Amino acid sequence: MNDIINPTNLENPAVENPSRRDFIVKTAVAGGGLALGLVGCATPGDSNEPYTGPQTEINAWVLVRPNDEVVVRIARSEMGQGTLTGLAQLVAEELDCDWNKVRTEHVLPGQNLAHKNVWGDMSTGGSRGIRGSHDYVRRAGAAAKIMLVQAAANEWKVPAGELTVDKGIITHKASGRSTSYGRVADAAAKLTPPDLKSIKLRDPRQWKIAGKAVKRLDTGDKLDGSKKYAVDVTLPGMLHAAIMDCPVFGGKLVSFDQSKIANLPGKPRALRVNETTVAVVADTWWRAKKALEALPKVWDEGPNARVQQSDIMKHVASGLTGSANMFADINDGDALKAIAGAARRIEAVYHSPFVPHVCMEPMNATVRLSPGKAECWVATQNAQASMATLSQTAGVPLSQCEVYKMDLGGGFGRRGGNQDFTRQATLIAMQLPAGTPVKMLWTREEDLGHDFYRPIQQARCSAGLDEKGNLVGLHIRVAGQSINAFANPAAIKDGRDRRQLQGLWKEEKVWPNDAQFGYTPPNLRTEYAMRNTHVPVGPWRGVNTNHNGIFAECFIEECARAAGRDSLEFRRALLGKHKYHLGVLNAAAAKGDWGKPLPAGVHRGIAQFMGYASYSAATAEVSVNGNDVKIHRMVLATNCGHAVSLEQIAAQVQGGVAMGISTLMSESTVRDGRIYEVNFDRLAMPKIQHMPKVETVVQPTFDFWGGVGEPTICVVVPAVLNAIFAATGKPVRHIPFNNGMRLV
Amino acid sequence: MATLNVNGKRVEVNAEPDTPLLWVIREHVGLTGTKFGCGIAQCGACSIYINGAIQRSCVVPLAAVGPNDRITTIEGLSASASHPVQRAWKEIDVPQCGYCQSGQIMAAAALLANNPRPSDAQIDAAMTNICRCGTYQRIRAAIHLAAGNKARSDEIMKNEVTAV
Repeated sequence: MNDIINPTNLENPAVENPSRRDFIVKTAVAGGGLALGLVGCATPGDSNEPYTGPQTEINAWVLVRPNDEVVVRIARSEMGQGTLTGLAQLVAEELDCDWNKVRTEHVLPGQNLAHKNVWGDMSTGGSRGIRGSHDYVRRAGAAAKIMLVQAAANEWKVPAGELTVDKGIITHKASGRSTSYGRVADAAAKLTPPDLKSIKLRDPRQWKIAGKAVKRLDTGDKLDGSKKYAVDVTLPGMLHAAIMDCPVFGGKLVSFDQSKIANLPGKPRALRVNETTVAVVADTWWRAKKALEALPKVWDEGPNARVQQSDIMKHVASGLTGSANMFADINDGDALKAIAGAARRIEAVYHSPFVPHVCMEPMNATVRLSPGKAECWVATQNAQASMATLSQTAGVPLSQCEVYKMDLGGGFGRRGGNQDFTRQATLIAMQLPAGTPVKMLWTREEDLGHDFYRPIQQARCSAGLDEKGNLVGLHIRVAGQSINAFANPAAIKDGRDRRQLQGLWKEEKVWPNDAQFGYTPPNLRTEYAMRNTHVPVGPWRGVNTNHNGIFAECFIEECARAAGRDSLEFRRALLGKHKYHLGVLNAAAAKGDWGKPLPAGVHRGIAQFMGYASYSAATAEVSVNGNDVKIHRMVLATNCGHAVSLEQIAAQVQGGVAMGISTLMSESTVRDGRIYEVNFDRLAMPKIQHMPKVETVVQPTFDFWGGVGEPTICVVVPAVLNAIFAATGKPVRHIPFNNGMRLV
Repeated sequence: MATLNVNGKRVEVNAEPDTPLLWVIREHVGLTGTKFGCGIAQCGACSIYINGAIQRSCVVPLAAVGPNDRITTIEGLSASASHPVQRAWKEIDVPQCGYCQSGQIMAAAALLANNPRPSDAQIDAAMTNICRCGTYQRIRAAIHLAAGNKARSDEIMKNEVTAV
């Protein structure tokens, strides 16, 4: 579990952005096309027919076909979040091509390596797909346009400045001539690329393609079953592997008895994957799985087999008091003294559980090891980490590796730096005859029982109010498991694991500390006490903003109510120094009809928080009938600086609502050292009936680049819980509900 | 050897009788649009029709069907994704990752076959498939659109996103 390749990739760029010098791949194409020799790039989208016709590479990101179709290369992973469409919009915006003729193709990490990382960082996490790529992909689009226009100018022997471009049609008004990108592409590719630094990018306020509501480019083959996910990969002579890791984290595989399955169908063969894992390889996956179930296995579950959820809860709670393994981050004024001396003191303890990612496509990978070549087909958020894992595990140089990255059937942070699935499939392939492809697929039980869970956290919050109900001191103590301690201890500096306080930081918009706490009471103290368990943890969409958002925003609600103030007004008064936090709060309140009448029995809650350089706020309208909680409507406001793809932002916000409310419904708990909720009969998931009407307000201020995929989740749960508080008069301090409530 | 009728074609498969139809379809017939999600009939990613009735194929053994039973998978729902549900899905831009959408579309088409103009409550009751990406709002809008209830579809999509 600790053999992790570059786990920081989820939130840290694995490689530097390409230098300007290396950025444009010098092309010397005759007759156009494939100067980089790219092969086998799946082109997601409406057509399953791979394009085999001619196309001309203008630069690393832009290719043009004779029929005026433009191909935009995409280096980041697409897992449903819409980055593919957004990146294509950014390139098309500067290129001034016809959006209806835009196609995309994936870049593979081996090709990227072979071309000196010309496509930069491929890792797709931390909501950085757009905000980490926008500058160089826009410059690529602009550079390609300059070259295409210059080619037309050369042909007509007129100054390029006299030409105009609209939707890929180049026009010289004075002479009435026009041509198209497709017709000048070959000539353009032979020109010297312009200096990228000197290119002036279009003011985002003037965007025509980016920033608009456009349909996704990759919908078509998701409608008829034709889209190929990693789980659908089929290769000649391919074998299938089912796998079982020791159910108790930290336990070991002692032995297994191949003889008992030798006569089962499918020629099953059991093999040891590593010291904790056994696999069975057979001619179909179902036969492999059946044989794996029948295989006698002996585990050494080790001392962790005695660990129960109650032990973990006690251990985490021990971090709420005392100073063991604890540090203070923000320490403005003297919060403890101010609270102790306040006219009124408030205190509350909150709990947030282990949460699994639940990608609908269970973990899988297909590996083929041939002499001098290692290949992997995998759904990955970090193709470069996948390739590093393949290389290191198989002992094959990176230059002889390739990873065919497949669009993901869900990612949510599970398929980033932790390439356990790639490693396992490689270890299996190493035990098969050379050249034999093997597809390893996990069961849902394996997937939910061997995740890197959102870490369990608690918080003890205390506050002091003066006689007028003003907040004079705020103290938030977070306690719980550390992602870095499990996955990347080197990231913990001087024993201070600041990452666990994401969203409770002072810095503004400064990556990686781009989750600023908005409230500035005169005395403020934030603390984190590390309490680790034996359960593997990792980044889960939104990461630590999820629980920290609940702690902060549910507690501020308790303070507002104790002060007898309106929830919105109480927050506004504390956000005076942070106009962006205030801006989205006001936007959510306005669109969410704050203060306006509601139907009988319906109550409102509100929340704001920050993550991934973006500002989020939400209102929730909820009714409580006995123990039945119904969420009717949510309005979410986001300021992500620049809004590239409005429809995708709306979809991400809706997804954030669904993921947020899932944490009210279920959790992963430990029994006898292992996870109990290993399938959906025990892990309740939101279904269509639970989904409220979601309205999204996008409030771009055009002065920074923020994320979209993650930042809005953290306000979902506190807005709902605050609405329940409004409905019942009682705060909810524990998720999932442990007070008998249930979502209906 | 068992003989099946899949999407109107007769196919021979060499699988054990207890093999779930999901795996017969994926591994023996070679149609991969039907997805594995849970294996215990909870998520609906593997939804197919048997003689027109929706079934979760991960728990239907091969032995339960014969050569005269009509099996329909997402690949056989329509020619060129022309079913009204598929067209509405495209119009509303429903999928995110897309993995569960074969099952969602099959479930929605089954609902509309039995109830051409479902209410929201009837959609809630019939659509029990899991979508982790959270495409539920657009699924609801698309079902109403496919049912010809554009007014309700528009109402759901109203204010979906506003730039201020």
